[in-house]
Amino acid sequence: MELADILFYVFAALTLLCGVLVIANPFSRNPVTSAMFLVLTIISMAGLFVLLHAFFLAAVQILVYAGAVIVLFLFVIMLLDLKEEERRKIKFFGVAAGLISVGAILGIFLKNLHATNLNAQSSPSIEGDTAALGKLLFANYVLPFEVVSVLLLVAMIGVILLSKKKLD
Amino acid sequence: MHVGLEHYLTVSFLLFALGLLGVIMRRNLIVIYMSLELMLNAANLALVAFSRFNDKLDGQVLVFFIITVAAAEVSVGLALIVALYRRRQSAHVEDLTSMKL
Repeated sequence: MELADILFYVFAALTLLCGVLVIANPFSRNPVTSAMFLVLTIISMAGLFVLLHAFFLAAVQILVYAGAVIVLFLFVIMLLDLKEEERRKIKFFGVAAGLISVGAILGIFLKNLHATNLNAQSSPSIEGDTAALGKLLFANYVLPFEVVSVLLLVAMIGVILLSKKKLD
Repeated sequence: MHVGLEHYLTVSFLLFALGLLGVIMRRNLIVIYMSLELMLNAANLALVAFSRFNDKLDGQVLVFFIITVAAAEVSVGLALIVALYRRRQSAHVEDLTSMKL
């Protein structure tokens, strides 16, 4: 087994374990704990991106998700008073229904994965570094790039409007 | 056994299922939102894996756009949650029943 394969299993296990702890932590139901495990999930997923030679995306993943998004989550958790979470009970019916439906969907996914001939390259050679990605982004994908910048502006204006004290 | 596309896809599917389970099971709006982020990340992982094993960078450009849109979505969604909390004093889905018959 190569080092990359061992690292894949380590990062995959870490991603899934922290993902489980985000949604169902047996020790604490505090949203802050969930946010912290979400950071760990995202960082180990950046490790998987590096193993897939997507270096730029790994850096963006850590900068944008672990840096900006989680800080936003923590800020909102801090703003809201969420102590009530502790004493509410999870309903058994909801958990059972969720497990059954998600299990069925996962079964469909994995069955189709095994049934399909993926036709993948055995020795891929692309490198997702900044230069290659930037060339593609500013040559073939200029229009989506500009549209996304407009989307960010719209989101910013929307958030300012939403967070004003009086909506009318 | 050599790690290939199917291994990455399996991880991606499992992570997506975890996120979906969180959305169905949890009752706190903020945790539901984190589960949504988990599902988006699962899709990103699948796209990067496809991009790698098909020798094309286009998938990674798509992931770049998805990350940008997700950041915008998170900011708008959290602003909505804060506005909702201001009006209702609750971030629990069980308390938001005004559209129930």
